[in-house]
Amino acid sequence: MSPKPEPVQVIKKRRDEALASLVASVPYIQFMGVHFDRRGDELTAVMPFQEMMIGNPALPALHGGATAAFLEIAAIIELSWAAVWQDIETAPDRDAANVETAAITLPKTIDFSVDYLRSGLPRDAYARARVNRSGRRYASVFVEAWQDNRSRIFAQATGHFLMPDSPLQDPSGAPK
Amino acid sequence: MNKMAQAQRFMEAIPHAKALGIRFESIGEGEAEMHMDYDENFIGDPQTRVIHGGAVFALLDSCCGAAVLSHPDQRGLTATIDLRVDYMRPAMPHQTIRAIATCYNVTRSVAFVRAVALDENAEKPVAMASGAFVNGA
Repeated sequence: MSPKPEPVQVIKKRRDEALASLVASVPYIQFMGVHFDRRGDELTAVMPFQEMMIGNPALPALHGGATAAFLEIAAIIELSWAAVWQDIETAPDRDAANVETAAITLPKTIDFSVDYLRSGLPRDAYARARVNRSGRRYASVFVEAWQDNRSRIFAQATGHFLMPDSPLQDPSGAPK
Repeated sequence: MNKMAQAQRFMEAIPHAKALGIRFESIGEGEAEMHMDYDENFIGDPQTRVIHGGAVFALLDSCCGAAVLSHPDQRGLTATIDLRVDYMRPAMPHQTIRAIATCYNVTRSVAFVRAVALDENAEKPVAMASGAFVNGA
């Protein structure tokens, strides 16, 4: 007889804790005040508006750098989350495997290209990333961000990332 | 008021640049240099303590924008259309990052810019950027 399935609260708690510890480990994500909503393995990055994100006080509009940082954070967490998910869902002893994500090695950005489609309003922003290619050496990730209307994307980006265990990456973190 | 003081004052009015501690170093005709000190709040990789690409991106975007505004053919304000950043190596922790941007062509509607980000090792850039900005936003 197969073992009884785990209660849903236990599963949710494990997943939420893994995500929280991944996000909490990066000071810059805290600085920008970005957090993540989770539905199953699907993540939505949320950047609540703060005055310090303004780049054009006359309009006012979000700084292009704040928007880019938000998109890059969403891309990196999406990519790392895929690895964390794999770990916590497939570990034979889930309690022991637990949520040691503080020790996770993050992917390194190779390049990041941002399209500014319309000006960012002084409001909360949301983003979702999609891993379009996930190879042994590098990954290609697409991200889009919106504010009040899901269909009105205000910025989108494509980035390439060096995978943590890539043969191209040495332990110092410098690409070879 | 001279151009440098004017630029510095403009910079201080931008909340995000202020939050990142970005400051003007020099401004010319279609050229700008800006510095950003290392700050533990900007760490993107807790293992190596290297700052997040997003902070470098914000510095480069600010510097490119300033280079556009300082170009003699630029009218009024500007906004980023697109910007691509290549991260060539991690910035050394605890070192100030310097961004130098050049606005090398301005048409009636678009300004083209490239920029480089350096730490104390000026031989090997940390990152390079290239992008297009609106002429007269």
